[in-house]
Amino acid sequence: MRKVQNNGAWLLVLPVFLLVAFSAVIPLMTVVNYAFNDSFGENEFFWNGFDWFKEVIDSDRIRGALWRQFLFSAIVLLIEIPLGIAIALTLPKRGFWASLVLVLLAMPLVIPWNVVGTIWQVFARGDIGLLGVVITSFWADFNIGRDPLSAWIVVVMMDVWHWTSLVVLLAYAGLQAIPEAYYQAGRIDQASRWAIFRFIELPKLKGVLLIAVLLRFMDSFMIYTEPFVVTGGGPGQATTFLSIDLVKTALGQFDLGPAAAFSLMYFLVVLLMSWVFYTVMTAMDVEGGTQ
Amino acid sequence: MTRPSPNLTLAARQRHLEGKGTGWTVTARVTLAVYLLFLMVPIYWLVNMSFKTNTEILNFITLVPEDFTWDNYTLIFTDPTWYMGYVNTLIYVAINVAISITVALPAAYAFSRYSFMGDKHLFFWLLSNRMAPPAVFALPFFQLYSSVGLFDTHIAVALAHCLFNVPLAVWILEGFMRGVPKEIDETAFVDGYPFWKFFLRIFVPLISAGIGVTAFFCFMFSSVELLLSRTLTGTSVRTVGVAMTRTSSAIGLEYGTLAAAGVLTIIPGALVIWFVRNYIAKGFALGRV
Repeated sequence: MRKVQNNGAWLLVLPVFLLVAFSAVIPLMTVVNYAFNDSFGENEFFWNGFDWFKEVIDSDRIRGALWRQFLFSAIVLLIEIPLGIAIALTLPKRGFWASLVLVLLAMPLVIPWNVVGTIWQVFARGDIGLLGVVITSFWADFNIGRDPLSAWIVVVMMDVWHWTSLVVLLAYAGLQAIPEAYYQAGRIDQASRWAIFRFIELPKLKGVLLIAVLLRFMDSFMIYTEPFVVTGGGPGQATTFLSIDLVKTALGQFDLGPAAAFSLMYFLVVLLMSWVFYTVMTAMDVEGGTQ
Repeated sequence: MTRPSPNLTLAARQRHLEGKGTGWTVTARVTLAVYLLFLMVPIYWLVNMSFKTNTEILNFITLVPEDFTWDNYTLIFTDPTWYMGYVNTLIYVAINVAISITVALPAAYAFSRYSFMGDKHLFFWLLSNRMAPPAVFALPFFQLYSSVGLFDTHIAVALAHCLFNVPLAVWILEGFMRGVPKEIDETAFVDGYPFWKFFLRIFVPLISAGIGVTAFFCFMFSSVELLLSRTLTGTSVRTVGVAMTRTSSAIGLEYGTLAAAGVLTIIPGALVIWFVRNYIAKGFALGRV
């Protein structure tokens, strides 16, 4: 759409600007302040340079959390994206059943995250949970409180349960937007089901899939509540992801300097990702506009 | 954007796929059924547990409650520490949705209609807040709201959730507003409507579906968030999430009550989703959210 140049539009944006600035900039400045200063309490600070950053980068604990975080995000993406596409292809296209299936699919998305954690914590318990009982019947060592592998399986399964629907809904919306002419062309060529998917549907889904990958990457990178409720980051440090580690340092031990330095680097990584996201999105908007 | 009527398209596509052989259709149905089963079983287990007595939960694995009881629900509806949790959550979520939509409407209009100095940078900055890890903000929020005397109030949580909900609301609304032809604005201004009158009387009703979708997503993201609401509240504003996590960390807790509390938090979301089911696919089709 053709837009009018008008700096007066700032007046309309001003409330949002002030509100978000209050919620984001002031707290972020506090973080920056802590990251570069040290304190013996009493609100007296002295300059500490980059020492906190060095401490964070050298910390084996945080490196471990970062490695686990990347591993977790990678596993989750590798399962959720293909599964999401596959499920989207099987959805009924219209009528009562389509509505019902959509509502059922969206259910996990609206459950509060701590309840998601609670559901899976109970569900995976070897003594009272259905999943735990079933798994324990053929794998006696299954125990999310003691065995790291069990904890990982449950946390990954929980995330797949919780978020694959998002990928399904995105892919479904993308499939709905493919014009019938493309399918007619495929039919004329006697294309197989696989060929239709590979050469018609998949290329047309590129846009929504990019959004799905980026959203899932970012949200899984910030995951806190669900694993916190299920495993509390344990056993040991086995499921301590970045946010869990950060909250432990900042609010648990009140180790403000390292926590703030850690926060800033964490935020920069996410910012980098959202820049990529935004650039890709606007590039796609331009592409879509010229068609 | 040209999009053929989805019904016709998909009906034809369906015929085509079915024509290709029933093998595919059967595989598809079975896959979908298995996946839906995987989604529903954990929820079923929660509902099942919420109707059991604690003795039954701890001693037997039963697929339907043998000793069916409403006690867990009765407890929640009679114990103020539990039911006030729901009230508190609803209050801050409602405040948050109201604030988010009120400030996001004019801003989204500005982004969809005008180009102005720094608009792209501002939009990116807004979005970057949607992607900020809440864990980064937990401690500074705690200090900020404590220092202005808002700690342990509904408004503190509502404002904190604006951090990610306002950018989201601007983003979704902008998408919907872009679909409204600019000629409508121009005609109204030629007819001599003052801006606010046009905006509230003509424009807002035009995008009411968009406002509904936005409200749904703001509601959802505010009510599912735990970390900030837990950090910013103490004893007087106790949320359901907090009540539940505190219970689950205790040993020998009442699993039945916990399950019932969980079921009660799912119901509003399920209802809302049923009402907006036709818009959800549309919201996702815009590539937002």
